[in-house]
Amino acid sequence: MRQWRFEITPKAGFADVHGHGVLEDIRQLGIASVEAVHSARVYLIEADFDEAFAERVGRELLADTVCQDYFIGRRAVNTGQQPTTLIEVHLKSGVTDPVAESVLAALKDMGAAAVESVRTARKFVLVGAITDEQRDTIARRALANDCIEEVIYGADAEPPNPHTRPYELTLTEMPVRNLDDEGLVRLSKEKDLFLNLREMQTIREHYRTIGREPTDVELETLAQTWSEHCVHKTLKSSVEMDLNGQTYHFKNLLKETVFKGTQDLNKEWCISVFVDNAGVIEFDEDTAICFKAETHNRPSALDPYGGAATGIGGVIRDSMGTGMGAKPIANTDVFCFGRPDMKLEDVPKGVLHPRRVMKGVVAGVRDYGNRMGIPTVNGAVYFDDRYLANPLVFCGSIGIMPRDKCFKNAQSGNLIVVVGGRTGRDGIHGATFSSGEITHEHETIFSHAVQIGNAITEKKALDTLLQARDAGLYEAITDCGAGGLSSAVGEMGAELGAEVDLEKVPLKYMGLSYTEIWISEAQERMVIAVQPEKLDAIMAIFAAEDVDATVIGRFTDDKKLTLRYNGVQVGQLDMDFMHEGICKYDRKAVWTTPRIVEPSLAAKGDYGDDLLKILSSYNVASKEWIIRQYDHEVQGASVIKPLGGVTNDGPSDAAVLRPKFDSDKGFAVACGMNPCYGDIDPYWMALAGIDEAIRNLICVGTRFDRIALLDNFCWGDCTDPETLGALVRACQACYDGAMGYGTPFISGKDSLNNAFVRDDGKRISIPHTLLISAMGIVEDVNRCVTMDVKQAGNLLFVVGLTKNELGGSHYYRIYDHLGATVPTVDIKVAAETAKRMSRAIAQGLVCACHDCSEGGLAVALAEMAFSGGLGIEADLRGLPTADDCVKTDAQLFAESNSRYIVEVSPNNYHAFAEWMLNLPFGQIGQVTDDKRLKILDRKQITVIDQPLDTLKAAWQNPLSL
Amino acid sequence: MDNVKAIVLRAAGINCDLETEQALRLAGAEAERIHINRLMAEPALLDGVQILVFPGGFSYGDDVAAGKILANQVVHHLRDILHRFVEQGKLVLGICNGFQVLIKTGLVPGLRSDAAALATDYPATLTDNDCGRFEDRWIYLQPGTERCVFLEPNRRIFLPIAHGEGKIVARDPLTLARLRDEGYVAFRYVDADGCRGAFPVNPNGSDDDIAALTDPTGRVLGMMPHPERFVRLTQHPHWTRLKEREGFGDGMTIFNNAVKYVREHF
Repeated sequence: MRQWRFEITPKAGFADVHGHGVLEDIRQLGIASVEAVHSARVYLIEADFDEAFAERVGRELLADTVCQDYFIGRRAVNTGQQPTTLIEVHLKSGVTDPVAESVLAALKDMGAAAVESVRTARKFVLVGAITDEQRDTIARRALANDCIEEVIYGADAEPPNPHTRPYELTLTEMPVRNLDDEGLVRLSKEKDLFLNLREMQTIREHYRTIGREPTDVELETLAQTWSEHCVHKTLKSSVEMDLNGQTYHFKNLLKETVFKGTQDLNKEWCISVFVDNAGVIEFDEDTAICFKAETHNRPSALDPYGGAATGIGGVIRDSMGTGMGAKPIANTDVFCFGRPDMKLEDVPKGVLHPRRVMKGVVAGVRDYGNRMGIPTVNGAVYFDDRYLANPLVFCGSIGIMPRDKCFKNAQSGNLIVVVGGRTGRDGIHGATFSSGEITHEHETIFSHAVQIGNAITEKKALDTLLQARDAGLYEAITDCGAGGLSSAVGEMGAELGAEVDLEKVPLKYMGLSYTEIWISEAQERMVIAVQPEKLDAIMAIFAAEDVDATVIGRFTDDKKLTLRYNGVQVGQLDMDFMHEGICKYDRKAVWTTPRIVEPSLAAKGDYGDDLLKILSSYNVASKEWIIRQYDHEVQGASVIKPLGGVTNDGPSDAAVLRPKFDSDKGFAVACGMNPCYGDIDPYWMALAGIDEAIRNLICVGTRFDRIALLDNFCWGDCTDPETLGALVRACQACYDGAMGYGTPFISGKDSLNNAFVRDDGKRISIPHTLLISAMGIVEDVNRCVTMDVKQAGNLLFVVGLTKNELGGSHYYRIYDHLGATVPTVDIKVAAETAKRMSRAIAQGLVCACHDCSEGGLAVALAEMAFSGGLGIEADLRGLPTADDCVKTDAQLFAESNSRYIVEVSPNNYHAFAEWMLNLPFGQIGQVTDDKRLKILDRKQITVIDQPLDTLKAAWQNPLSL
Repeated sequence: MDNVKAIVLRAAGINCDLETEQALRLAGAEAERIHINRLMAEPALLDGVQILVFPGGFSYGDDVAAGKILANQVVHHLRDILHRFVEQGKLVLGICNGFQVLIKTGLVPGLRSDAAALATDYPATLTDNDCGRFEDRWIYLQPGTERCVFLEPNRRIFLPIAHGEGKIVARDPLTLARLRDEGYVAFRYVDADGCRGAFPVNPNGSDDDIAALTDPTGRVLGMMPHPERFVRLTQHPHWTRLKEREGFGDGMTIFNNAVKYVREHF
C-alpha cells in the first residue's frame, strides 16, 4: 500500500479565491505583515495503484486542468526573497470528511484498485515575516477550528494518524446519595451539567428513594432533559411580578401569557400549536404549513460558520420532524451582531470580531440553506455593541405537508430507527452549554459543543423520508436536535418507554463511550418509529439512495428508558421522573419604568443630511450583500422576493411564496424586532414587534384573519429580577397583541442567560430581544403588492397616526440619544387599520404599499422612491398626526406604529378613501417624474430635497462588503 | 410524435428536480424524476425517452469541484449510453449544476464527438465566480447561435442565476475562438438593451460573456441560468410593475422548444 499525496493549486492567471479570503481574515486580525497567502487543496490517498494511474487521478479527478495544476508529492515552497510560513490544516483523527468519501466513491468509479483510505487537508503558504505567536493566532483564528481540525507547521511535519482506538466498556457510576450541597454543586460544575443546587438535590433525593447511585449516562440524560434549552424552566416558572409597585402573580408565566392568547382565540385553522417541533396551521383543504424559528447563539459565537450552518440545519430538521414530516419550503434568518466597524482593540478577549462573526454566520447559513435547496426568503440584521460577545442567530424554517399527516403516533413494539448522519463526538453538551452564561474561557472549554454539518447528508435523508412518509411506512418521526438521541427517543417514548442498544448506533469513528453516543448532538440525524413488518420496505427506500438507517432499539410499554451497551444495562430512568421530575421555580420579577430624559434637538431648515445618515445606519442600510448570497428562488415558488423594484434591489416588506404548482394560493412571511425600544419599555418593544411583523404581511396582500406568530425571546440573566421583569412585560404584550389582532402564537423558543463575563470581570448583557416572526395566507398571489412606487401622477397616502414618538428612533440614535417617548400601539385602531388595508389591497385599489418603521416617514418615502425609480413630492400638511406631534423632526422621523404608506392611482381615489373612512389617513403627496425626493413642512418650506441616486447610494454602500 | 417523454436525473444533493419536472410538464412532456442509482441499474429506462435533463443543485456537495463527482460517475457508468442517446437525435439539457456536470464530462461543448473524448482534457470548464461568492440575481441572455434547438435565435430572455462557480473558462485562446466562431455559444450575458458589459451584466466574469454552450449537434445545451425558475409571470422579480400580465415566463421557451423539436422529429 502506498501513500499518494496530491496538491491542487490554481493555475497562473487564476485567482486563489481561498487564499484571498484567508488574507482578508488575517488583516482583520490586525496582522499587517502577511503580504500574500497561497492555498492548496491536499489529498492523501492510501492505495495500491501505480504511477500512471496516479497521474490519471490527478488529471481526471482531483484537478480541473483548465484552471488548476496538480502536483504529486509534497511541493516545495518557492521562498524567493521573502520569509514564508507553511501551515497545513488536517481533520482530527476520526472526524468525518465528506469530500474524502466522495473521492473514495469516485476512485471506485474510475476502477482504482484497492483504495485503503482518502483524507483531505488544506495547505497555506503565508508570505511575509510573522512571529510564532502570530502564526498560532492565524492558525487558530483564521484557518482552523480547534474542535475538528489539527494544524501542522512546516514541510516535514506529519499529518495526524487517521486511526482511532476502539472503545471498551467501563460502566461509570456518579455517586450523589452521600454528597452534601457543596459536593452536588461541585459535581454539576465539574461535569458541565449546568444543573443548579435545587435540581441536584432533586436528583439526590430520587436516587436515595430508589436506593442506588446514578450512572454517568443517567445524570447526563437528566442534565440535558432539564436544561433551560430543552425545558424552558424560566418561562414556565411561577412569577411574582412587581410592576411599578403593583403586584401580579403568574403560576406559569408562559401558559398565562403567550399560550393563553392562543387558547383564548381558539382558531379553527390552527392545527397543532406549541406541542410539536413546529406550529402547524391550515393552508388549504388538503395541505398544512408549519413554522418554527430557533436560535443557535452560543455555537455561532465560537464558530460562526459551523454554528450558523448547524443552526439552519437544525431548524430545517424541525420541519422534517413535525407531524409525520413536512417538506421544508422556505427559510428565514435574523441576526444580531456588534457593529462591523468596531476597533479591534475594543474586542474583549475570547470574543471574535463582529465582522468575522457576521461573515462566518452569513456564509454558514448560505452554504447549508443553498445546499438543501431551500430558499432563504426573509430576514433582518440588527447591530448593537451589546451583541458583541453574544451574537444572536435566529433561523426559521417553513414546511408543507398533507393535512392528514399532521400528527404522529408511536406505539409500543415499534422499532426505533435512526436515519441520516452518523454519530460522533461533535456537539456534546450543546444543550447544557447553550443554557448557561459564558465567560472568556468557554471559547476553548466548549469547542466540542460545536456541531459539524453536512447538508447533503440531510438532503438525502429528506428525499427518502418523504417517500417513506407518503408510502405510510413509519408511525412517528422527530429530529435529533439539542440533546441528541437522548431527547429524541426520550420525547417520542415519553408515554411508552424505550430500550436502546447503544452499540448499534452507527458511528463516524471508533472510540465513543456509551454516554457520548447517547448525548452527542451530531447533525443530520432523524429518529423514526417503524412497525417491524414495514422495516424491509422502508429500509429498501433508504438503501436505494445510499442513506444510512439503523434499528437501535424499540418502544416498550414500561414507561422506562433502558440503555444497554453490548447487552449490559448502562442506565435506566423512569420516563415520569425524566419529564416531570424537575422542580418548579418561584421567581421574583420587578419592572419600574425608567426615568429617561427626552432630548430636545433644535429645529432645522433642512433634514436632508439626517435622512442620509439614517439611510446609512447599519440597521436601515440595504442587506443586499447578504440576501444575494442566499438562493431565494430555488423550488420556483417565489412571488415576492426579498429584493424588488425596478432594478430588483429595493427592500421588500415580506416574502410571498406560492408553494403548490397547481394553485394560486400563497403564504407570506415577515418579521418584526426592535431591541432599542426595550431599553425604554419591553412591553412596547414587544407590541411594536408584533405590529411591525403584521404590518409587513399586510403590505404585500396577506389576509388579515389568517396570521400566525412565533416568539423567540433572547434575554440576559433571568435570575436577576429586573431582567425577568422585562421578560414578563414582553410576555404580557404578547398576550395583549395576540388577542387584539386575533393572531395566535403557534410556536416559540427562548434563549436566556445571554451574558458574557469579560476577563476583567465586567459583565455584558444583551439588550432584551424579542423576535416576532409572522406567517399569513395570501388568497390569490396575483393580487400581491410591492413597496416600489409604480407610476408618476399617482397619489400617496399615509394611513395611521404619526405621534410625538422619537424615543428609541434611529433619528435620536444618530445623535446618540435614546429618548423616552417610545412608540406605543393603540391595538384597536391598529387591528382595524390592518384589516381595512388588507381589504383595500385585495380589491386591487393599491399600486404600492410600504410599512413605515425604522427611520420613520422620510426613510419609507425614500425607499419607495428609489426602488421605483420615480420621484416623490410630499407635503407634511397632509400627514395625519397626533395633537402633540408638531415638530418637523418628529413628523419626519418618528417611528410610530401601525402606519402604511400607500400609492393609489387617481381613479381609485374615492374607492380607497371609502375603505379608510374614520381611520386616520391623509394624502401626503404624489409620485413624480423627476428623480428626487422632496418634502415640504407644514409651513411650505422644503426640508428635504435629495436626488434619488444620492439617497440610494447612502442606503446601499455601508454593507456592501 | 405526441408522447414526448423526459427524465429529470436526480442524485445526492440535486435540488431543482421538482420545478424542472413541472416546467417540462407545462411544456407538454411526460416527465419523471429518476435517481442516478436506478438509471445505472436500468439503463433501458432511457429507451422511450427523448429528453434527458440534468437539473440544478449541489450534486455530492460539489465536493472536489462543482458537478465533478457526478460527472465522473456519468463518464464511468453512462458514457456509452449517453453518447448513443445523443446520436439517436435526442436532447440533453443541463441547468446550473447540470451544466457543470455536462461541461466536466465534455458533452458540451463536445468539440470531439467520439465517446472517448468524454471526461479527460475537456476544452472548457466552469469555475469560481470572479466576485468569489455565490450570487442569486437576474440577468438578460442574448442567443449567440442559430444551431441550438432549445432557443429562438433572436429572442433575448430574462432569467435568474444562482451559483458560486459559473465562470466559463476555455482551455486556451484557440478553443475560445472555436467556441465563438463555430456556433457553440448558446447564450451570452447582456443588459436589458442587449449590450455586453462588466459585472453585474456579466455576473461571474465568464470568458466572452458566455452563459450557455451547445454542442456540434445543437441538441445538447448547458446553461448556468435557471429557465425552470421563470415559467410563470409572478416569478419575475418585479412582475407587479409589468403592464402585461398574461402569458408564460421566458424560461418556458427552452422547454417549449425542446418539446416542439421532439414532436417534429420523432
